[in-house]
Amino acid sequence: MIIRLKVNGEWRQADVWPGASLLHVLREHLGLVGSKNACEQGECGSCSVWLDGDLVCSCLVLAAQAHEREVQTVESLAEGPRLHPVQEAFLEAGAVQCGFCTPGLIVAVADLLQHDPAPSELTIREALAGNLCRCTGYAKIIDAVKLAAQKMGNA
Amino acid sequence: MSTKVRERTKGGVGESLRRVDGAPKVKGQFLYGSDLWAEDMLWGFTVRSPHPHARIRAIDISQALTYPGVHAALVAADVPGKKTYGLEIVDQPVLAWERVRYQGEPVALVAAADLETAKRAAERIKVDYEVLPAVADMEQALRRGAPRVHDHGNVLKHIHIEHGNPDVRADLWVDGYYETGMQDQAILGPESGMAVPAEDGGVDLYVATQWLHVDQEQVAPCLDLPKEKVRLHLAGVGGAFGSREDVSMHIHACMLALRTGRSVKMVYSREESFFGHVHRHPARIWMRHGASRDGKLICVRVRMVIDGGAYASSSPAVITNASTFAAGPYEVPNVLIDGTAVFTNNPPCGAMRGFGAVQACFGYEAQMDKLAARVGIDPVELRLRNALSTGSVLPTGQVIRGSAPVREVIRRCAALPLPPQPVERDPITYPGGAGNVSRGERLRQGTGFAIGYKNIAYSAGFDDSAEARVKLFAGAGGPVAEVHSAAAEVGQGVHTVLVQIAREELGIDQVTLHPPDTMVGSAGSSSASRQTMMSGGAVQLACRAVRDQLFERVRQWARTRGLTLAGELRIMGADVVTDGRRLAPVVDFLEQPVVATRVYHHRKTTPMDERGQGDVHVTFAFAAQRAVVEVDEELGLVRVVQVACVQDVGHALNPQSVYGQIEGGTAQGLGLAVMEEIQIKDGRVLNPSFTDYLIPTILDMPPVVSELVEEPEPGVPFGAKGVGEPSTVVSTAAIAAALRAATGRELNRVPVRPDDLIGLEPPRKSSGPPPAVKGVA
Ligand code: FES
Ligand code: FES
Repeated sequence: MIIRLKVNGEWRQADVWPGASLLHVLREHLGLVGSKNACEQGECGSCSVWLDGDLVCSCLVLAAQAHEREVQTVESLAEGPRLHPVQEAFLEAGAVQCGFCTPGLIVAVADLLQHDPAPSELTIREALAGNLCRCTGYAKIIDAVKLAAQKMGNA
Repeated sequence: MSTKVRERTKGGVGESLRRVDGAPKVKGQFLYGSDLWAEDMLWGFTVRSPHPHARIRAIDISQALTYPGVHAALVAADVPGKKTYGLEIVDQPVLAWERVRYQGEPVALVAAADLETAKRAAERIKVDYEVLPAVADMEQALRRGAPRVHDHGNVLKHIHIEHGNPDVRADLWVDGYYETGMQDQAILGPESGMAVPAEDGGVDLYVATQWLHVDQEQVAPCLDLPKEKVRLHLAGVGGAFGSREDVSMHIHACMLALRTGRSVKMVYSREESFFGHVHRHPARIWMRHGASRDGKLICVRVRMVIDGGAYASSSPAVITNASTFAAGPYEVPNVLIDGTAVFTNNPPCGAMRGFGAVQACFGYEAQMDKLAARVGIDPVELRLRNALSTGSVLPTGQVIRGSAPVREVIRRCAALPLPPQPVERDPITYPGGAGNVSRGERLRQGTGFAIGYKNIAYSAGFDDSAEARVKLFAGAGGPVAEVHSAAAEVGQGVHTVLVQIAREELGIDQVTLHPPDTMVGSAGSSSASRQTMMSGGAVQLACRAVRDQLFERVRQWARTRGLTLAGELRIMGADVVTDGRRLAPVVDFLEQPVVATRVYHHRKTTPMDERGQGDVHVTFAFAAQRAVVEVDEELGLVRVVQVACVQDVGHALNPQSVYGQIEGGTAQGLGLAVMEEIQIKDGRVLNPSFTDYLIPTILDMPPVVSELVEEPEPGVPFGAKGVGEPSTVVSTAAIAAALRAATGRELNRVPVRPDDLIGLEPPRKSSGPPPAVKGVA
């Protein structure tokens, strides 16, 4: 089946089998491999994207559900070499190790800060409970969120 | 010529420099093994055994071969060369023939235009199995008459260490029996890579791995190709923790690529990943500690059995490690340690962060707490009384020559501030609070303390040297140093450290990394906390050789000009300087680039003799942790409130990433303490998914308060010790101790389950006296 969707501001289409997930379309058909596949069961958050502005696990969304809708991925955040403040904060805080969880977390954090520009530590933990990271132990991820909030508040 | 020069290189050693791979990682542009793509590529898929133990009567691939979109289906007979591979013992079939020995063992391969087609075709491969009885228990495996996993029997490796007089008398004895479960590395990025057939009949393999050259050594003979024709390149690695030490999809993808003449990509699903790599060995440990009335250790006797599963992997080295560390970081004059790794029909176990030292620490630290209670002194004080220091003799007879600030590590950890007691609490902070099941009525707090240690680099006579090549050339914006090392960046930050070392040594700002591959000599493995020392050492040596060559050019240039160079030559930024004065731009001497390749060796170690004596380990790193936990006594739910950690690091080359290693390592220790276990029944894995195998989330992780002890290790580059493992070694033991303090229960098995905490499940009993091994003890 042919699906058509607006990805990072550009209309794209792909010929997919009916069971394909949005994650599969992004990665295998549209060459957008920033969103990661670490479980394909909605458990890890590595595949987080925005669908019509809502944060979703793209592995749990059928490609067909995204037909004629708008998707925004991690690739949309930086403008060339200019990083998004959340990306900048992750680097500064040392919140990246292997980085496999990072794109999903960056999207989730950017989403959190859109809704709550100065989240408490508890709010941060609740908001990111669906994003697994095996490397960092999360401490520096929390630091990064606080730092990003500061950066964006001052911007 | 007298311009003032900057004193230090920016981004050198000791700075918390940002990761060199950071920007692409935050942008989603960093290419992991699973992100690779090639025009016209095929997808490979592995058919695996559903049985833990079975005879293969026949395999019929004909239905798969005729399935539309399929390009190849291969079985054991199609392996071009050697049929088996292995890290230490070459016993693991590339594809099983005649017999499968564990659930998930690869049996056949398919390549197709896309993954879905490959999977569907794989379902059409018919394997006729005759199911055999499985050896599902590590102690059963040692019993007389147990079915044999391999024809040569079920003892994979036995280690016997005898020191002093183990039959000595002591004032008091404490006994204990301990078990640890099977832990998974749970790398977030699954096993993945792509094989590209080359025109010379060879193959280029892009793969997420920990050690390119050891892969190459195993892959080439199986393909019946000379090593030079099997070129490995590092693809982006989504975490490792030991899981990528063994070959996974490497040979399979190459076989399919060579057969089809097309690039073949393979990526494991999460479920397949649980079957596609080795795990942390489950262990059963019997311990007997004898001490004087005032708590000085006199004798430690240990019997340990670990489940190696169906194939050897690195079990021989793991049981060696577990045994040499079984008495803990303490001075013990009389020791008897017997460790056995056994074959079973369970999933193969091998390397995981901590490498045998984790299981040992869980046992010996529980014993130390029991002993403290018997003697009637504070557990921290008991540890201080017995702690190792430089000059101490280990159970192997090895004398610690390097730094061993164990007492400082203990004292500083015990002195770290305890968590504040909150006046008001959000219910989500109760144990199980996120699930909204607790109102926090019957909460008990407990504090536990543990110390432990780990060897850095490979042991027992192995020379795991590292090579690096450094090229200094004139770039557009000044001199550039390119570092070529095969060291695998697995997330730990080795590439950043190598750049820092090159900057520090050469004094120039622009340092780039050549992509890691097998076109430079081996860097050894990114494991055993060794790369900072080993590849760091190689880069340091290569940089010094480059500098010497460059300065030779400078001196020649000076001679031709009749200049005398009295002072020492140095590079600062883009200039060669002497006596604080700029002589000339570095690029003036780089018409030809300067290149040097050097190999770093650590000091030699020796294998153990028949009594387990020898100069076994290169050097050691120590850590202490204090854990505070809260247990809901009714529900058996746990919240770890705080972990305090002090680690002996020698010298922190990048402090921020050292703290990152401590925090991440602690999280994995916490996982083993309270939640992570691959559950196995009759050789079958019951929970191969992130829905059923739980790893710590951001809600499970407490604040980790950590400090570093920096007492430089003599004789190693910059005095830096590896930092990846000590926190993982210790945190499981510290958290278990805190849970015992909170509940008053024995809790002799990790992961600790809710049933253990509320007394529904009694402490584990051993099935009897520790099993003897024929011909030994
Ligand atoms: S891949 Fe979608 S949640 Fe894990
Ligand atoms: S950085 Fe490796 S999983 Fe988060």
